[in-house]
Amino acid sequence: MGAAAIPGAASVNSTSWPESVSQEPLMPPIGPSGRDLRLDLFRGLALWLIYLDHIPENVVNWVTIRNYGFSDAAEIFVFISGYTAAFVYGRAAHERGMIVASARVWRRAWQVYVAHVFIFVIFMAEVSYLTTAVIENPLYSEEMRVFDFLQQPGEALIQALLLKFQPNFMDVLPLYIVLLLAFPIVLRLLLFRPTLALILSTALYIAAKLFNWNLPAYPTSFWFFNPLTWQFIFVVGAWCSVGASPRVHELLRSRAAVRLAVAYLALAFLVALTWYIPRAAALIPHLVQDWMYPIDKNNLDILRFLHFAALAIVTVRFVPIDWPGLKSPWLRPMILCGQHSLEIFCLGIFLSFIGYFVTSEISRSVAMQILISVLGICAMIAVAWLITWYHSIEGRGSGKGPRPQADLAGGEA
Amino acid sequence: MTRLAGILFVILACAGTASSAEDVCAVAAHLVQADAPLPRVAAAIKKKTLPIVVAGTTSSTLPGSTGPALAYPTRLEAALQQKLPGVSVKVTSFAKPRQSAAEMAAAFPKVLRDEKPALIVWQTGTADAMMGISADAFQATLEDAIGRVHEGGADVVFINPQYSPRTDAVVATAPYTEAMRWVAAGNAINLFDRQAVMREWGELGTFDLHAATKSLDTAAKVHDCIGRLLADLVLQGVAAAGDEAKDKTTR
Repeated sequence: MGAAAIPGAASVNSTSWPESVSQEPLMPPIGPSGRDLRLDLFRGLALWLIYLDHIPENVVNWVTIRNYGFSDAAEIFVFISGYTAAFVYGRAAHERGMIVASARVWRRAWQVYVAHVFIFVIFMAEVSYLTTAVIENPLYSEEMRVFDFLQQPGEALIQALLLKFQPNFMDVLPLYIVLLLAFPIVLRLLLFRPTLALILSTALYIAAKLFNWNLPAYPTSFWFFNPLTWQFIFVVGAWCSVGASPRVHELLRSRAAVRLAVAYLALAFLVALTWYIPRAAALIPHLVQDWMYPIDKNNLDILRFLHFAALAIVTVRFVPIDWPGLKSPWLRPMILCGQHSLEIFCLGIFLSFIGYFVTSEISRSVAMQILISVLGICAMIAVAWLITWYHSIEGRGSGKGPRPQADLAGGEA
Repeated sequence: MTRLAGILFVILACAGTASSAEDVCAVAAHLVQADAPLPRVAAAIKKKTLPIVVAGTTSSTLPGSTGPALAYPTRLEAALQQKLPGVSVKVTSFAKPRQSAAEMAAAFPKVLRDEKPALIVWQTGTADAMMGISADAFQATLEDAIGRVHEGGADVVFINPQYSPRTDAVVATAPYTEAMRWVAAGNAINLFDRQAVMREWGELGTFDLHAATKSLDTAAKVHDCIGRLLADLVLQGVAAAGDEAKDKTTR
């Protein structure tokens, strides 16, 4: 970055940014605040699904999309985050220059980092409590070793601050932090050489897969969400938002693309069925199975990526930007949650800790699982509503003035 | 749940058999089912000698000087011996702390050569989860190993991670359990679903798996039941192998 960014920003003004907006991209912005409510809606949905998936052995889990195909809520979340980040900070770059946009991106990365550390503290408190209860049982001397890091909390803390220690559920935010840290460079490329940005991202994705590149984790192994491969869906999201030409958007909305997407989703659904009916698994030829499995989540398997892409194409086709349902009070709670994604994501992790605690200490009956799922989502809605209300009394988020514009999902990118 | 357990307890008490260890274990017997035949075990029984190897980690052992005698490998030997009079049953445990599936699989050729087992009971998953080995790599290891164990003359029975109600907060074993279920179903391998069995005991109150205790009492009972149910599974697999052989001859 540096001074060179300023003239660059000036040329953004005259080239790609306004054009792609005026040509109505895949998900063009609407509303007084320039917000595409579909982004909020589906990010809200992803947050709910992530919460449900984080409660172990939750019967409500069967509704989540991971049971019906290859991809899950993680893809939705990362793609939409890339899309909004490019939209919000692309606009900032256009209005205030690359330096200001980069500063905002990094401020956002810092906020996410702080949130991550906050969750880690809560996690440590929960785990410390649980260990005092089980540490003695000889039946579980093996499982108890997962608490070994409590023997050296200092080391665990340092490793968590370095983002290397990522206990259960604490692996998404580190990915997001790394993606945001690199985003100013990505954004600059996207605004001036969008195709090159996409090519470089694809190249990194392929290279990381071929050469098994990943970041090291603590105490052993690697990051669960490999940032070097997961960057691909983030950058693709950003590219769809500011980089893709109108022709690409047209192509993605074409009848042929939608048909192809529907066919792929149907195929994935059939494959997913065989996961629950072992007998049916034999119907898939061995050669195909050998090629297909394992469907690698750590490295964003291409089958997962394509599954998400197909879902997105179908969704955009059937949920247009001016879909009346977006204004329906029934979907309002989901949209609200999506509008405050960082806060609600953190709350979801916290709630899943509580849910975990309840199922392991009090009851794991089906009724309790449903109760935890419903109460958790209600809590997420209530807090999202509270944040919106607070912003409104503070004079933010109402769509007036330049600040809410810049922060609109800058706050939530 | 507690009420259900209470009712169950009353029923058992009325039947007057509640004291028998077998009945306590049997609470979860419906969860133990041999889905595939064990032809190599069946052949070994015909030859009146049944060598079995247990490969696993700490959850296949119990601590202390009495631990080895109380842990499920020894209990499996006792249960099988009782049900197979005239056959010399020998269970050798190679359980060691912190062995990943890949490490155990690497040791199989030597174990197969030295011990010539008819069956390898393979308890795995927990160590891989704790080491953060990817579930996909874990699954590939299992897929790869079973063929070679079969070639080495032994059948395989998987044992999945224990039901451990408090440790999932740090490390989730679910993807590894799922991988084992998947490999077992796809390759006609018998899976002893220790997780489901122990969860059933926990929920019905058969055993208090939440207790903070240093005593080996409950742990020993749990292992005894695992040994018994595992023996049932093996014998089911042997029976299935017999049926299969009969089918072939009649055809």
